[in-house]
Amino acid sequence: MIKKFDKKDEESGSGSNPFQNLEKSAVLQEARIFNETPINPRRCLHILTKIIYLLNQGEHLGTTEATEAFFAMTRLFQSNDQTLRRMCYLTIKEMANISEDVIIVTSSLTKDMTGKEDVYRGPAIRALCRITDTNMLQSIERYMKQAIVDKVPSVSSSALVSSLHMMKISYDIVKRWVNEAQEAASSDNIMVQYHALGLLYHLRKNDRLAVTKMLNKFTKSGLKSPFAYCMLIRIASKLLDETEGGHDSPLFDFIEGCLRNKNEMVVYEAASAIVHMPNCTARELAPAVSVLQLFCGSPKAALRYAAVRTLNKVAMKHPSAVTACNLDLENLITDSNRSIATLAITTLLKTGSESSVDRLMKQISSFVSEISDEFKVVVVQAISALCQKYPRKHSVMMNFLSNMLRDDGGFEYKRAIVDCIISIIEENPESKETGLAHLCEFIEDCEHTVLATKILHLLGKEGPRTPQPSKYIRFIFNRVVLESEAVRAAAVSALAKFGAQNDDLLPSVLVLMQRCMMDSDDEVRDRATFYMNVLQQKQKALNAAYIFNGLSVSVPGLEKALHQYTLEPSVEPFDIKTVPLATAPITEQRTEMAPIATSKLPEKLAPSRQDIYQEQLANIPELHGLGPLFKSSELVRLTEAETEYVVCCVKHTFARHIVFQFDCTNTLNDQLLQKVIVQMEPSEAYEVINYIPAHSLPYSQPGSTYTLVRLPDDDPTAVSCTFSCTMKYLVRDCDPNTGEPDDDGYDDEYVLEDLEVAVADHIQKVLKPNFGAAWEEVGDEFEKEETFALASVRTLDEAVSNIISFLGMQPCERSDKVPENKNSHVLLLAGVFRGGHDVLVRARLALADSVTMQVTVRSGDETVVDIILACVG
Amino acid sequence: MLSLSLLQEPSLYTVKAIFILDNDGNRLLSKYYDPGLYPSIKEQKNFEKNVFNKTHKADNEIAFLEGMTIVYKGSIDLFLYVVGSAQENELMLMSVLNCLFDSLSHILRKNVERVCLLDNMEGVYLVVDEIVDGGVILESDPQQVLKKVNYRADENPLSEQSVAQVLQSAKEQIKWSILK
Repeated sequence: MIKKFDKKDEESGSGSNPFQNLEKSAVLQEARIFNETPINPRRCLHILTKIIYLLNQGEHLGTTEATEAFFAMTRLFQSNDQTLRRMCYLTIKEMANISEDVIIVTSSLTKDMTGKEDVYRGPAIRALCRITDTNMLQSIERYMKQAIVDKVPSVSSSALVSSLHMMKISYDIVKRWVNEAQEAASSDNIMVQYHALGLLYHLRKNDRLAVTKMLNKFTKSGLKSPFAYCMLIRIASKLLDETEGGHDSPLFDFIEGCLRNKNEMVVYEAASAIVHMPNCTARELAPAVSVLQLFCGSPKAALRYAAVRTLNKVAMKHPSAVTACNLDLENLITDSNRSIATLAITTLLKTGSESSVDRLMKQISSFVSEISDEFKVVVVQAISALCQKYPRKHSVMMNFLSNMLRDDGGFEYKRAIVDCIISIIEENPESKETGLAHLCEFIEDCEHTVLATKILHLLGKEGPRTPQPSKYIRFIFNRVVLESEAVRAAAVSALAKFGAQNDDLLPSVLVLMQRCMMDSDDEVRDRATFYMNVLQQKQKALNAAYIFNGLSVSVPGLEKALHQYTLEPSVEPFDIKTVPLATAPITEQRTEMAPIATSKLPEKLAPSRQDIYQEQLANIPELHGLGPLFKSSELVRLTEAETEYVVCCVKHTFARHIVFQFDCTNTLNDQLLQKVIVQMEPSEAYEVINYIPAHSLPYSQPGSTYTLVRLPDDDPTAVSCTFSCTMKYLVRDCDPNTGEPDDDGYDDEYVLEDLEVAVADHIQKVLKPNFGAAWEEVGDEFEKEETFALASVRTLDEAVSNIISFLGMQPCERSDKVPENKNSHVLLLAGVFRGGHDVLVRARLALADSVTMQVTVRSGDETVVDIILACVG
Repeated sequence: MLSLSLLQEPSLYTVKAIFILDNDGNRLLSKYYDPGLYPSIKEQKNFEKNVFNKTHKADNEIAFLEGMTIVYKGSIDLFLYVVGSAQENELMLMSVLNCLFDSLSHILRKNVERVCLLDNMEGVYLVVDEIVDGGVILESDPQQVLKKVNYRADENPLSEQSVAQVLQSAKEQIKWSILK
């Protein structure tokens, strides 16, 4: 029945806005009648309304004028008009921050909150707490405690909610009201129950035991308020998550039981809680999914939306669990609420079969322009997932994406599309040219620098290797002419790659470079000059080192090393090999999520894990003089999960040493450990030269101890070694409650699991974007080749992942992905061996009954080649 | 950590904002309860404009914009909005919206439209104040809200109308709703 009046009617309406064209000064002038006797409640009420309306419209009141109006308003407490008094409370709350000396009304409000008029009491409490600080709160503490347990629900609720707000500034005082809150929780009134539960939880949330007790009590007693039930479900699922409690716990039973609650709000909350639990099995999900399925048919749009949004989340992890709802979801794809339709379609795309893709895509393109950017991103994510699932559908998708790319949209949306196209190109070589063409078209008119540079980089990488590289040059050079500095610089780098790869294009690229050398920007000119000179040499090795593969050092490390170099003047030239290598970027797990709050954090370059370790180790005087940190391993656990002491190890490799960092946690609250070291017994000619103890290890505070080991100099091929480890320490028993230790202690030890050092610890991953060029650059001087039979390996995938993890090298050119239904594969690996020698491995794999592997290794150093082959054998 | 961030942190702070716009998208009333969300009036009004543009054409009840769940309801020439976080239980937000609409409908004697709302702005402020306090749902039962507010548009010109006039105006309203 809700329809808009048309224009004609609207005009007659807008004339009668009593608040239109309000003048601040005129209203404040009018406020003078507050001082007249007798008070005219109706007129005063109207003026207060005007003041609040003005403030709400964003009108700024100066402190003096606000204070003046506020003081005049206090006179209105003399009137007994109910609405006027209530509006005074509102004015107090609105002006609490802009007027001075608002505490002048404290006594009036205290009088109202304890008075006989129940209508005043609740709002008076809320207004009073708005102007109260910690000191004043103490003086009204007695009234607050009484109000919390008051029989009148509105008074009790107001006091509870105000206490919750006050907790932010006076936690210690509010904490003392926990008994009153407890009493209020057993009230018959549903809102009082809810508010009391909320306050109790906020007071106790850091005490897991108290929260558990509270949950037990309320889940048994059975609350009446649906809001309180929702709160309980949230508390229970948080507790389950923190304690990693199994799904056989009573808490899970409680949540599951809520699926049968009479109130839809509670049922939905429970279903959503179950769906969001990590490690839920299909059987545990089933009841939650079936209530959501029921909700899909609800006449209420909000309920349908909630249900389909939640099902969409389930479909990401457990598509099969949602298949049962496919029919209900089909009914929603034409829903007039486009958010619901979009979510239904993207869910079906995840659960449906390949044959339905075309139909669904057609449906969604009919209204994609109507939906908000947030949902467009959801659609793109669904497409991206689909392309991985059904690679054969990529042409349909690519078409759709390119249309979306032409539409209007914000940065997040465009970025999602570009990322999706790039991943399709990488997965499907046959889609490369179409994809690049779409992206070229996009950068012709792209306002986002980040995306333009990203695409130019991709063009530089992929373009030269296409059958017709020349057609991309125009697009790239257009950028040099038209765009901002950052984009121009990226375009110059891309051009250089075309020149380096394609000899027939080189002369024209050189001409274009020459023009770029006259650019107005330093960076663009510098790049152009640099590439110009490298290209003119016409040497493959130079091209590989300076144009295709670039620097592989860690940028913060380089900065630090250069700074150090300038501090200590030396005749030696700066050696790039002293700079720690960049750790290969951890390919982020693509976590798709249905519409979620886009994080507003600025994206900045976080220091890598290794840079952090480097920093930490530099602060330990005993470890100086080892040179730059070469590689830090992943965390290795040396104890079982639930033991007295938890110890993990990180292996830090240096040029001639290894530092073992043991992160230890003491889980016994009646012990203080001191002088903790980990004694290591090597199996080979490795030599332990120093132990750096953790001086003190109190209960549950992690500490680190280090063991320094020298690598055998005389035998460089000894790259693997096993260490038996024992933790040794001084125990001092202590009082579990106070943590006060006894005066004397005793020595003790604890045997840890053995620790292995393997070839992977000596090699750092380095990504060579153009492996072929790097292969030529290193040359075949020390090339060696051998053939092995991998008897125990049955598939190519397994062989590939075994080799990668064994050698600890970086797969290049996406060769870690084995195409389906192939019997042979070439794996390309790159890395740097300890000491700074590049090492490249090409492994040709062939699958018969088992896998046969021909390994070719190239490096600048013969020993390294021998080591690798010896290890593989 | 991911699972934690997706998990709904137990809290009473449910409502991020409530606002009422006219059918040109102008703000008539708005309350923002999360100081971190759109701290300046300019950002708030931009948000309201964006929400209005995306919602006023179709009466869809629920939308997701700028990372927030928004439930809304149109009434003649007004739009009522309740905003919560992306993880919030949509039905909780709906219960706030329904309570707001029913309470307003009662104090405005079923004329939930712009002129009547502006004529009784003080009652509207009091209703909103009784439903949500600082982001916490204080009351969701319209009967209770009305009891606490104890306000009615009785000095409204409508009350002076004769029964025939009231009927006439009702007819007008029905006519408009059919015509549109």
